[in-house]
Amino acid sequence: MEVYLDNSATTRCFDEAAALMTRVMCEDYGNPSSLHRKGVEAEKYIRYAKDVIARNLKVNEKEIFFTSGGTESDNLALIGCAHANCRSGRHLITTQIEHPAILQTMKHLEEEGFRVTYLPVDEKGCIRPEDLQRAITGETILVSIMHTNNEVGSLQPIAEAGALIKGMNPRILFHVDGVQGYGKYRIYPKRMKIDLLSVSGHKIHGPKGIGFLYVDEKVKIKPVVFGGGQQNGLRSGTESVPAIAGMAKAIEMIYGNLDGEVEKLYGLKRAFVDGVRKIEGTVINGHPDETGAPHIVSVSFKGVRSEVILHALEDKGIYVSAGSACSAHKPQPSATLRAMGIPSELLGSTIRFSFSVFTTMEEIDYTLQMLHDIIPMLRRYTRQ
Amino acid sequence: MFSAFLIKYAEIGVKGKNKYLFEDALVHQIKYALKRCEGEFKVTRTDGRIYVHAMSDFDFEDTVENLKTVFGISGICPVVHVEDEGYEKLAEAVIDYVDKVYADKNITFKVHTRRARKNYPMDSMEVSRELGGAVLDAFPQMRVDVHEPDVMLHVEIREKIYIYSMEIPGPGGMPVGSNGKAMLLLSGGIDSPVAGYMIAKRGVKIDAVYFHAPPYTSDRAKQKVVDLAKQVSKYAGAVYLHTINFTDIQLYIYDKCPHEELTIIMRRYMMRIAEMLAEKNDCLGLITGESIGQVASQTVQSLAVTNEVCKLPVFRPLIGFDKMEIVSVAEKIGTYETSILPYEDCCTIFVAKHPVTKPNLNVIKRHESKLGEEMDELVRKAIETDEVEIVRWHSN
Repeated sequence: MEVYLDNSATTRCFDEAAALMTRVMCEDYGNPSSLHRKGVEAEKYIRYAKDVIARNLKVNEKEIFFTSGGTESDNLALIGCAHANCRSGRHLITTQIEHPAILQTMKHLEEEGFRVTYLPVDEKGCIRPEDLQRAITGETILVSIMHTNNEVGSLQPIAEAGALIKGMNPRILFHVDGVQGYGKYRIYPKRMKIDLLSVSGHKIHGPKGIGFLYVDEKVKIKPVVFGGGQQNGLRSGTESVPAIAGMAKAIEMIYGNLDGEVEKLYGLKRAFVDGVRKIEGTVINGHPDETGAPHIVSVSFKGVRSEVILHALEDKGIYVSAGSACSAHKPQPSATLRAMGIPSELLGSTIRFSFSVFTTMEEIDYTLQMLHDIIPMLRRYTRQ
Repeated sequence: MFSAFLIKYAEIGVKGKNKYLFEDALVHQIKYALKRCEGEFKVTRTDGRIYVHAMSDFDFEDTVENLKTVFGISGICPVVHVEDEGYEKLAEAVIDYVDKVYADKNITFKVHTRRARKNYPMDSMEVSRELGGAVLDAFPQMRVDVHEPDVMLHVEIREKIYIYSMEIPGPGGMPVGSNGKAMLLLSGGIDSPVAGYMIAKRGVKIDAVYFHAPPYTSDRAKQKVVDLAKQVSKYAGAVYLHTINFTDIQLYIYDKCPHEELTIIMRRYMMRIAEMLAEKNDCLGLITGESIGQVASQTVQSLAVTNEVCKLPVFRPLIGFDKMEIVSVAEKIGTYETSILPYEDCCTIFVAKHPVTKPNLNVIKRHESKLGEEMDELVRKAIETDEVEIVRWHSN
């Protein structure tokens, strides 16, 4: 039996999205910037995609910019806004539990002379609004907070943060990394006071190499790549029409039955959490219930290294992620888990299980059965 | 401008009647290295010399770099070919050569002529004298020094005429394949690939064995070893890499033996298995990257206990090296960056906090005897399930 429980890393593409992409690549392969009919045909897919996304977010089509994925969207949002607004101030705010696409970009901006505040989180992996309030200064130009944490699935108080930021200073820009949250939650930027939103295609059963950045039309932002001036000059380069079409198809499908799918995911999560708790010496990190993301469960197994669990499960056909990359030579415990205050002996023993619409209850049962068998066996053989 | 290379070899020139074997091996290895180069080449052996002739356009730097990986080569001399169209044309070609190769003419030189084609109208001495004069006339700053010239200008008269004067140092050593074959215990660390490289440099062909311990070691760790073997094969030629599944043996030792002796007993079994594989595959020795005192299992006492299980000679070329010396070779041969990738290997997964550093052979043997026939069975199974792949530097 093959069980793929690493859906926060990437997901299987929907067949319908893949079929549409094949058609775009082999039949409607024109360059959307070309003036002839072939170009117009290709451009239709981009219009279709923008229409799908704009309706989904309840925003204007002109506010959607396609990128190569979550990382590029995050880079463009942070660097583009920091550079365009640096005359108003040079202070940025983010959290300690962001994805490296944010943290490393912030580090880069620090080297350029920006000052960055990293908000701490509580033991469940959520920021506290009062910390955010205290961090905002007259110099602050941008706040970037992830919607859903990729390692433990903790949900951040986005709407509350948006209201708080805009209440203090409407000119501060609010960026949200929605890579893990989009496709699981309804995100409405206008209502939640989000100015920029990053989304990735391959986390929601679309293709890899595509994503988008929502940019409110009032936002001042500068491009980070230069070229033929496509997408209003903000993101030059011929649009990846097949990937854009595939992503749009995936969005349509996911949001076509969002409530049903999310309910199903929570059902899987509940069953999994209940089963895991029956194994001795396990700790669930983050929210084990519906206050956390429906598709991510982070578990620490006392006394076993995560890498070993990962490979032992792999041997049974089950694919998961190590909560933190860790080895005897180079311990690199995850920033998120450390920020949550997870005890150090559990840091290297953490596994992330992440589900998708393709995950079945049968697969959950099989995985639990294997964990029950494997964990005690692995605990027998350890370093002494 | 260069169209060939004269390959110089030092040590293999003095090996008496076996010389042809060494030269065959050298030619074979040169051809292996040239497969990586853009361009077509012909390797010839004439009058005890090896030439690499370029048969098409080629990248000079790249070709030299690849020839530098061939053990046995002591020097690489870039050669200019000219057709024999009479002495006048030859003199022009030599002057042109000197002009292009030596920008600074404030040098001493000597012309040395070798006449393989004896029907050439002038004798060697005459050619040298006349060409020397012609060069002096063309470049008055240059001076002749017949005892210690800065530049020795070689002119060889064959079907065509060869002109060369530079010698780029090669790696030395002996051509791989000229000195039997040995089994390298390749772990994934910094030391073992360097050990393989050093023994290959003495002309020994390399087979390698890797001990895999899933799920405790990952497929990435295995891939890392394949990458290291590939890097070694750049110098050592194709490497047969054996992968032995070691998990059951390791867990069995864990169950039956004192924990602080786990590593040393495990290493004795690795040596036993490596030796059995060596014998099966016509290897005449084992190679390890051990260096005295580096870790608990490499103290003199531990080495003695590990060595005790082997009948074959165990080559340990790094035995007297410091870590920094090993690292500098690893960097030179391009294995360092791969070696430091942080995947666990099977030696570290169960390592005790305080492993024995002065094991007593009798004690170890007594504890090992508890493993009994069940262990023999596990070893047999491990060897039976040996997976072999051929690792080459280039894909074709």
